[in-house]
Amino acid sequence: MSGGTDNPREPGDPGLSTPDASAGVHTLKPGVRITSEPADLPPAPVKMETRGVRVYYGEDQALRGVDLAVREHEITAVIGPSGSGKSSLLRCLNRMNDLVPQVRVEGQVLLEGQDIYAPDVDGALIRRRVGMVFQTPNPFPLTVFENVAYGPRRHGITDRAQLEGIVEDSLRKAALWDEIVQDNALRRTALGLSGGQQQRVCLARVLAVEPEVILMDEPASALDPISAYRIEELMLQLRHSYTIVLVTRNLFQASRVADTTGVLIDGQLIEYGSTPQIFERPRDKRADDYVRGRIG
Amino acid sequence: MPMLRAAFAADMEDLEKQLVRMGDFVESMLASAIKALAEQNEALANEVILRDDLADEMDLTIEQRCMRLLALQQPLGHDLRTIGTALKIIADLERIGDYSVDIARVAKSLVHEPYFKPLVDIPAMAAIASEMLRGAIRSFVNKDLELVRQVCQRDDEVDRAWHSLLRELMASMERDPSLVRQATAFILVARYLERIADHVTNIAERVNYAETGEMTELVRGHRPHLGDGLGGGLPERDSDPPT
Repeated sequence: MSGGTDNPREPGDPGLSTPDASAGVHTLKPGVRITSEPADLPPAPVKMETRGVRVYYGEDQALRGVDLAVREHEITAVIGPSGSGKSSLLRCLNRMNDLVPQVRVEGQVLLEGQDIYAPDVDGALIRRRVGMVFQTPNPFPLTVFENVAYGPRRHGITDRAQLEGIVEDSLRKAALWDEIVQDNALRRTALGLSGGQQQRVCLARVLAVEPEVILMDEPASALDPISAYRIEELMLQLRHSYTIVLVTRNLFQASRVADTTGVLIDGQLIEYGSTPQIFERPRDKRADDYVRGRIG
Repeated sequence: MPMLRAAFAADMEDLEKQLVRMGDFVESMLASAIKALAEQNEALANEVILRDDLADEMDLTIEQRCMRLLALQQPLGHDLRTIGTALKIIADLERIGDYSVDIARVAKSLVHEPYFKPLVDIPAMAAIASEMLRGAIRSFVNKDLELVRQVCQRDDEVDRAWHSLLRELMASMERDPSLVRQATAFILVARYLERIADHVTNIAERVNYAETGEMTELVRGHRPHLGDGLGGGLPERDSDPPT
């Protein structure tokens, strides 16, 4: 979080480095590699990486060895037909799968070069560093303030002024502060807000715990077009300070906001490249068929 | 697997057909213009001039269709490249139509005077340009990259013919200044044909882009020059010492 508030992250994270949120400046940390892929984009540090990730739900295999490098301070979109494994992949990136019974994850998921599935790594800590916004806005049945303050409180922040600072800062980053103040809605239930506003409360809730990576699973699919565009605008602003991974079935949302795009079909990343390349001249026939709407 | 977006696929097929019709139409304008010149047929020259409105109308209709497909269907991948290519191709075809009209106008201006030499090289050059045009359109329909390559190669033949004709006609004018009017007219026609071949090469390069995603110039330096200059300057005189 910028603006002088204390960093709520405890010192001495298990070998995981502290993010430098200063926009646009990459300070390379130990273990972080630079990727020159896709070749038509300038090289960038790799924020997250999956290596040969396979996911099984009981007998069913959802991912069949996915290698994906997520470039820092960019938006990476993952597109693909329903059931292709997009959400499974996203849930691997912050160990959300830990919470689902019968799930087995194989391969490696690296956050700044550190395996987040290593035995000594705390899943809850990973979920703080790698936040998630879901398809359907899911604010808690609490006030807007309490929704946003929820995470920082759980991480031990009790000082009222500090919490107020975090809530305002987070709501501003989520482009919601002015609307909330105008409607005097800070102390009212978040459930009374519009769908688009609720989704931005959820985003503010994620931002309040200072994540480094934000995972977005169809964040605008339940919203009207104007609210959806507002979320897209936000993503474009937030990527200067965060790394964003977006899963979407809306190809045009991906083409509008993403820097890079991966096409996932039948649990395999069949093509990954810069967004213009993927949408204008995909190399893989199945990727071309998918973006052309020939396979669904 | 069932075909999704069948209506869109049918629209794309119609677009290709319209483009082929425009290609055929413009090619017939070129052929008629050359015939009018060779046979000193004023009526045919007038017909070519009148047909230009139809070519322009086809250009507009196809452009509107492409814009509608872009707006309503949001094509991606190969479809996007095909529509982008169609938009470029119609601009080149429209220009070829305009050059055919220019040739028809030259034909009209010469219709009442005997030619000082038999017209051989210009029809031969026009035949190559026409074959190139038919090949480029066929390569678009059949997605035939080998044909694209052949079309691009023939641009060199047209360039050589242009330079040789220019040299020859200039020499004729120097020998006999009374030929200036007619020889200049033939130079203009040869120049129009040379530029038509350049536009056809553009079309072939676009087909290559549509099929491969690679936007490259397949013939170096073929691009039509801005303005109507002689692109590369005048040839040396036959009497000039070789450099």
